[in-house]
Amino acid sequence: MTHAIEVRDVHRMFRQRSGVMGAGRSVRAVDGVSFSLPPGDVLGIVGESGCGKSTLARLITGLLPPSSGEVLVDGRRLAGMDRRERARLIQPVFQDPFSSLNPRQCIRDIVSLPLAAQGDLPKRQRTDRVMQMLERVGISSEMAERLPAALSGGQRQRVAIARALVLRPRIVVCDEPTSALDVSVQAQILNLLAELRREFGLTYLFISHNLAVVEHIATDVAVMYLGRIVEKAPGQDLFCRPAHPYTKALLASVLTPDPGLGIPDVGLGDAYPDPANVPPGCRFHPRCPVAFGDCAVTMPDNIRRNGRLVECLLP
Amino acid sequence: MTAPVDEPVLSIANLRVAFGRRSEAVRGLSLTVARGETHCMVGESGCGKSVSALSVMNLLVRGATRSADHIRFQGQDLLGLSERDMARLRGDKIAMIFQEPMTSLNPAYTIGSQLAEVFERHRRSGRRRALDRAAGLLERVGITAPGMRLGQYPHQLSGGLRQRVMIAMALMCEPELLIADEPTTALDVTVQAQILRMLQKLQHELGLALLLITHDLGVVARMADRVSVMYAGQVVESGTVPEMFAAPAHPYTQGLLACIPVPGTARTGEPLGSIPGVVPRIPPGFIGCGFRDRCAFAMPECAEPVPLRDAGGDHAYLCRLQPGWQQAAA
Amino acid sequence: MIPIPVPTARREAWRLPALRHVATLLGALIVGTAVVVAIFAPLLAPHDPFAQNLDLRLIPPVWMDGSQPAHLLGTDQLGRDYLARLIYGTRVSMLIGVLTVVTSGLIGITLGILGGFYGGWTDDAVMFLITCRLSIPLILVALTVVALVGSSLTVVILTLGLLLWDRFAVVARTTTMQVRNLDYIAAARAAGASRAHILLREVLPNIVHHLVVVATLEMALAILLEAALSFLGLGVPPPLPSWGLMIAEAKEYMFFSPWVIMIPGIALFVLVLGINLLGDGLRDMLGTRLER
Repeated sequence: MTHAIEVRDVHRMFRQRSGVMGAGRSVRAVDGVSFSLPPGDVLGIVGESGCGKSTLARLITGLLPPSSGEVLVDGRRLAGMDRRERARLIQPVFQDPFSSLNPRQCIRDIVSLPLAAQGDLPKRQRTDRVMQMLERVGISSEMAERLPAALSGGQRQRVAIARALVLRPRIVVCDEPTSALDVSVQAQILNLLAELRREFGLTYLFISHNLAVVEHIATDVAVMYLGRIVEKAPGQDLFCRPAHPYTKALLASVLTPDPGLGIPDVGLGDAYPDPANVPPGCRFHPRCPVAFGDCAVTMPDNIRRNGRLVECLLP
Repeated sequence: MTAPVDEPVLSIANLRVAFGRRSEAVRGLSLTVARGETHCMVGESGCGKSVSALSVMNLLVRGATRSADHIRFQGQDLLGLSERDMARLRGDKIAMIFQEPMTSLNPAYTIGSQLAEVFERHRRSGRRRALDRAAGLLERVGITAPGMRLGQYPHQLSGGLRQRVMIAMALMCEPELLIADEPTTALDVTVQAQILRMLQKLQHELGLALLLITHDLGVVARMADRVSVMYAGQVVESGTVPEMFAAPAHPYTQGLLACIPVPGTARTGEPLGSIPGVVPRIPPGFIGCGFRDRCAFAMPECAEPVPLRDAGGDHAYLCRLQPGWQQAAA
Repeated sequence: MIPIPVPTARREAWRLPALRHVATLLGALIVGTAVVVAIFAPLLAPHDPFAQNLDLRLIPPVWMDGSQPAHLLGTDQLGRDYLARLIYGTRVSMLIGVLTVVTSGLIGITLGILGGFYGGWTDDAVMFLITCRLSIPLILVALTVVALVGSSLTVVILTLGLLLWDRFAVVARTTTMQVRNLDYIAAARAAGASRAHILLREVLPNIVHHLVVVATLEMALAILLEAALSFLGLGVPPPLPSWGLMIAEAKEYMFFSPWVIMIPGIALFVLVLGINLLGDGLRDMLGTRLER
């Protein structure tokens, strides 16, 4: 079976220069990530700031080349792929509905851009496809002539989804698609995404810092920390029986609407993760509540336990 | 000025804020915060919660007009207070922290000088004493090596650290009321838990009154004693946290609770509860319930002025539906 | 659900504070008049601006004694009708202003967008070019060019056009850098759009309002520079009716026939003022249209 996405030991570094003469620091945004995603599934990627999930999203959509490693989409290598072919395979939906739409173009032109870039459909048919897609995502046809400024955040996100789907791609990479939206609108968009996936047979890569949202939509979940995936398991497994200390801390930090439970003490200390200064050994050990001596020395690499990936030295 | 013990620290009655003739952001907000109590204002964007907080401090933008039956701090009227007197209260007895720690600190000055400045200004103190106090507070908010931090610049700190610094700054002059506008929204969830925990501890130690603004019902449930749910400029439901979460009475509150996914409870394949439509812009002179275009229980009477219902105890809500309707509808 | 009555949305008005409105209209009026005068100069001028008549030298304009009705603004030291020279001078100024801005705009905006968008070596090269350009003294270059090639309208336009592009480049570069990290650019790339499309249809329309302001500034600057160069004898050659040249020629008669120097001076001032007012207004209008 050809996987929808296959990522093989992908690294991505950035150089941070302080001034012209300053010594550069290497920021290891993505530091050796590998996974494969079967078609029709949804892989949720969770993590906090500095974990590299947004960079990973850009690597997979082909917007950023990896420093090393390979990304395969639908069995084909992404590097060197023609931009139009890539556009037919994989499309992004971004987080900020206010900056993901060109403020000077009307909605219809925005959604029709992917079709126009392919160049093989006459204008009339392009417009038809666009209007169909807009209707499907819940944007009325009067809105098509307006500028993005006239739409609310939720409506703009629907437009972004319409644009992503107008070419009927195989894979959609959603980078925090609901984080900037109100809770009630977030639920609408998530439901829409779920419906569209079933209807069009899509595969999603869903990135979020909100675990509850990811649990709702994902079949498998990967937890990222400082550029690596530290735990990966089927959704329900991960949430009910987390294995990695970081995953446990993340889950414990989620404040559910239960009065009387108080605020949990997650026990992580006040160090913060800095991708320019990755700790030796297990990268989580400075903050880990159960770290022991070996954790500072040996890097847990690709440990498989009970059919899931857990990068932790503890049994 | 010391007020009698049972006088609420903050008392707002019927606050209205309008932006010219374009819209009314707040339409009759009333709430009180007692000493040592955490009162949460919760709502989505555009509901008027931030605007309400800014009106208490009189920090609204030009072009916004506020009016109220009264806004009282420790019994003292704030509405008629001159800007100079208000400035004396700000940072001293009433402190505020904002959402974006990235932009709340001045990047050109060290942490120490920004912290010290507040104390020097209000307490007429020297720099040495102010810095000592700053170091002590940094330690209290959980920042290690405070001496070193005092000499650092904001860009050298992470978001979580910066927000702790903001909290320390708010506490420099021992305020009696702390207004926090979405203090942890921009932070990672692990950091959020730490900061809120610390805030709660400090509040208990200092007997602070805390007015906490958030859109996150989880934060409300875990932190607050009392809560006001806002929609389109009005408080649609208010009460103690246990009461409200046990039996949410307003359809909006119910809808909001149904929207929130909770880890460990997802039933794959089932859609999340959601509230259809978007928050409307309320034109001036609007009458009736602002939620009626999204409410599953709306009736023609909703276009008339909405009665305030009593759901028992401190629990009140603004709806035409009679108390106890949830059981009847089930 | 009961629908909430929504007030009928007014047309997205281009609102400006009242005072700025007046200033902008004034600027538009001035520039508009200048354009019309420049285009229809042959129809408007009462006389040939080059026709000399030594019998009619230095006749004062209508508001002074000794004037003649045939020459509303009087005549200059060679008996040429001043109103006609003023009118044709408008043509020279506008021509210089527009063509210089077009040339320098094309050069500067292209360099700026390329450097700002691609970064890296391209940007380093563009910055180097800009720095070189800023190190060049304008007057000395004009001097050299005139010495080598001789002065003419074309020479002035080319010199100014090839030298005044730096502000365009800097503004284009900075605004492009701000825009290039926005998600809609990434979305356009993911959608398979070509580089040309992204630069021309995604980036450029979003920086154009900044560039319009620069264009008006540069136009005013070009007109003033031409006047200065012509005054120094390095610009438009006589007998062309450039206002700068007119001022230079009127130097000797300043105290006895002050109108000869005042009229082109005032005209220059008014035109540059008008361009700046219009530019300010355009910037405000184009800026506010996007924010609601």
